[in-house]
Amino acid sequence: MAYIKRHDGRKMEDFRPVEAKVGVVKRADGSAMFKIGDTVALATVYGPRELHPRFLQNPERGVLRVSYNMMPFSGQGDRVRPGPNRRAKEIAMVTEKALFPVLNLENYPNAVVDVMIELPQTDAGSRCAGICAASMALADAGITMKDMVPAVSVGRVGKQILVDLDYYEEAYDEETVADIPVALIPSTDEFTLLQMDGDVTREQLKEALEMGKFACKKIYDIQKQALKDKFAGDLK
Amino acid sequence: MIKEKEIVVPGETLATGMEYLPSVGTYRKNDAILANKLGIAVVDGKVIKIIPVSGAYHPKRNDTIIAKVIDISMSGWRVDTNCAYSAMLSMKDATSDFIRKGEDLTKYFDIGEYMVCQITQVTSQNLVDVTLRGPGLKKLGKGRIIEVSPHKVPRIIGKQGSMVSLIKDHTNTRITVGQNGIVWIQGEPAGEILAIKTIRMIEEQSHISGLTDKIKEYLEKNSLKVEGKKDEKQKSEDDQGEE
Repeated sequence: MAYIKRHDGRKMEDFRPVEAKVGVVKRADGSAMFKIGDTVALATVYGPRELHPRFLQNPERGVLRVSYNMMPFSGQGDRVRPGPNRRAKEIAMVTEKALFPVLNLENYPNAVVDVMIELPQTDAGSRCAGICAASMALADAGITMKDMVPAVSVGRVGKQILVDLDYYEEAYDEETVADIPVALIPSTDEFTLLQMDGDVTREQLKEALEMGKFACKKIYDIQKQALKDKFAGDLK
Repeated sequence: MIKEKEIVVPGETLATGMEYLPSVGTYRKNDAILANKLGIAVVDGKVIKIIPVSGAYHPKRNDTIIAKVIDISMSGWRVDTNCAYSAMLSMKDATSDFIRKGEDLTKYFDIGEYMVCQITQVTSQNLVDVTLRGPGLKKLGKGRIIEVSPHKVPRIIGKQGSMVSLIKDHTNTRITVGQNGIVWIQGEPAGEILAIKTIRMIEEQSHISGLTDKIKEYLEKNSLKVEGKKDEKQKSEDDQGEE
């Protein structure tokens, strides 16, 4: 059966309900929670701080270090075995590359900015939720950055292009599925993350990216509001 | 055009047109000025800047900070400044005494000791130099060290030091607040504890207007438990970091 109506009643261009909160971890320099549907990401930022061992230091710019960790019972299937695995390392790497272009790390020579992303609950789209949470946490940590980075996944189920696939859609077995997580710099309209699982045609990709851009800008507004809400009291 | 004293988020457009100039926390892209820090936007004539509201301390010239000795080298001391960059205190900036070559520097400052010092220089690579030459700059003796957010320091000190002297008077303690968010408190244990509680309260409620009156009320209610009146001699020795 062709997938023409989404199982949770969303429109094709809608993402799941989003909840964003800044300052959720007291001891961190910056922290944020980003919830999209049933996917929850917590990001904490430590630093800029001294980097050891010393040979990792870069005198030209600060180093960005990202970790991505799915908690043991965060998924729908089996318990996720704790510790770094191939997938976690890859996602940490792409997250780092998605955030790097906006950060003014040249202000922090020889130092390191640590970003830790934890996922207590996942329902697909976790790397995008992680990037959203991380960029809010970085802003909360007072890091100099040119812009925020909202992210969302777009994709295709059968012939239908849609935004923010959840696990049911990603694992839909009656038709072929393509999943394309994207991250956007809103002020320049540049993508900093573009991966794909599955395949799409050139036209479908163009359509998907346009929808992704639009959804990212809506997420950007939510991120902005969350940051403003935390500090609204400091205005007086 | 952004409203004065509004919270802005990185990437937000603050103004368009070439008549405005970007200052700290902002950058120009084409003819727009964008924020590159989270903070409060301030428009000062033609200049737009951002006062950060969160994050770790970043060393700035002429800041009075509280630092801790972490290492001793040939020519001086390395001190921790509560940020990513440790500072160097050279021998001639530390004391006016004549120090012979090869003398034991721990006589002056040992590892783990604290001091109030001033930043004299910050280079492009964020190498920091500090000095102890200046009014109120000295080694700190026994007492308690607490850490607060560096952005709440002006609130803790208050206008012309009103808030911090309020705490000092009511808790019978000596307090020094460093711009890097390190606070040194010395007094009787009960007074020290009350001072710490009060500082934490200020940190939490820093946004409330009329906080000084609220803190005064709180201190008056609680200071009955703290015994002993401060004598004038000790009072004159008190000092604090500048705002």
